[in-house]
Amino acid sequence: MNPLSVVARTVCNLFAWFLAVFGIYVIIHGHLTPGGGFQGGAVVATFMAFLLVAHGGKKMQSWVKKDIFTLMECGGLTLFITAGLLGMSNTFFFNFLAKAGGLFGSVVPIGPNPGALNTSGTIALMNLSVGLEVVGGLSMILLYMFSGAHPEESFGREEAGHDR
Amino acid sequence: MKARIFFLISILLVGGLLWTGLQAVHPFGNPNETPMDDYFIANAQGEAAANNVVTSIVFDYRGFDTLGEGAVLFTAVISVAALFRKRGHN
Repeated sequence: MNPLSVVARTVCNLFAWFLAVFGIYVIIHGHLTPGGGFQGGAVVATFMAFLLVAHGGKKMQSWVKKDIFTLMECGGLTLFITAGLLGMSNTFFFNFLAKAGGLFGSVVPIGPNPGALNTSGTIALMNLSVGLEVVGGLSMILLYMFSGAHPEESFGREEAGHDR
Repeated sequence: MKARIFFLISILLVGGLLWTGLQAVHPFGNPNETPMDDYFIANAQGEAAANNVVTSIVFDYRGFDTLGEGAVLFTAVISVAALFRKRGHN
């Protein structure tokens, strides 16, 4: 896939970063605002799609590797299951970090309040891990589908061509 | 022509069923059974310590469901990878 024109690439370079920042914001503020890991992860994966479409496969190949996304996806799901299992002394998926002090452990006042980032226990942790998993998974789907549709521009190590 | 008559009859049938079903819907924002909603609205901030009640349901009260969603995404990625992988070096 050839890169798009200079105009499209410049606009993408400018605005793709807003997309990435917005997606990370949605992931991090999942326990305060609408959204969460799945939605924010999809937004960050759209950032990867922007870069892939605007700059073409060769540039993308030099920037990222599939291994990073594999690590993100498996690590995210493992972190999620671990956060669920750590509350096992009570029940599976028990919120053991809430109101316990420390990271994510602040107490929330009852009723309408502006909210603090340092609350909600394992919910914030699970939001982060699910966001990591969705970013890795959707980006991997994107890259695999791209390399399937354009086999001449290979991704990753295992396909490093025999013919060049 | 026959197919058109068939489509018309099926559209009328489905539309009629939908319409008769919609007659029985109770007004929006006025559920019949409220104890579950009341419990979440009253206790989500105190128990899960999260301002966003929807997130506290998705990730705390029904965390197992979210684990299933994550597993579904993982399976989807694996199946896409299996579909688009290169042929082996045989």
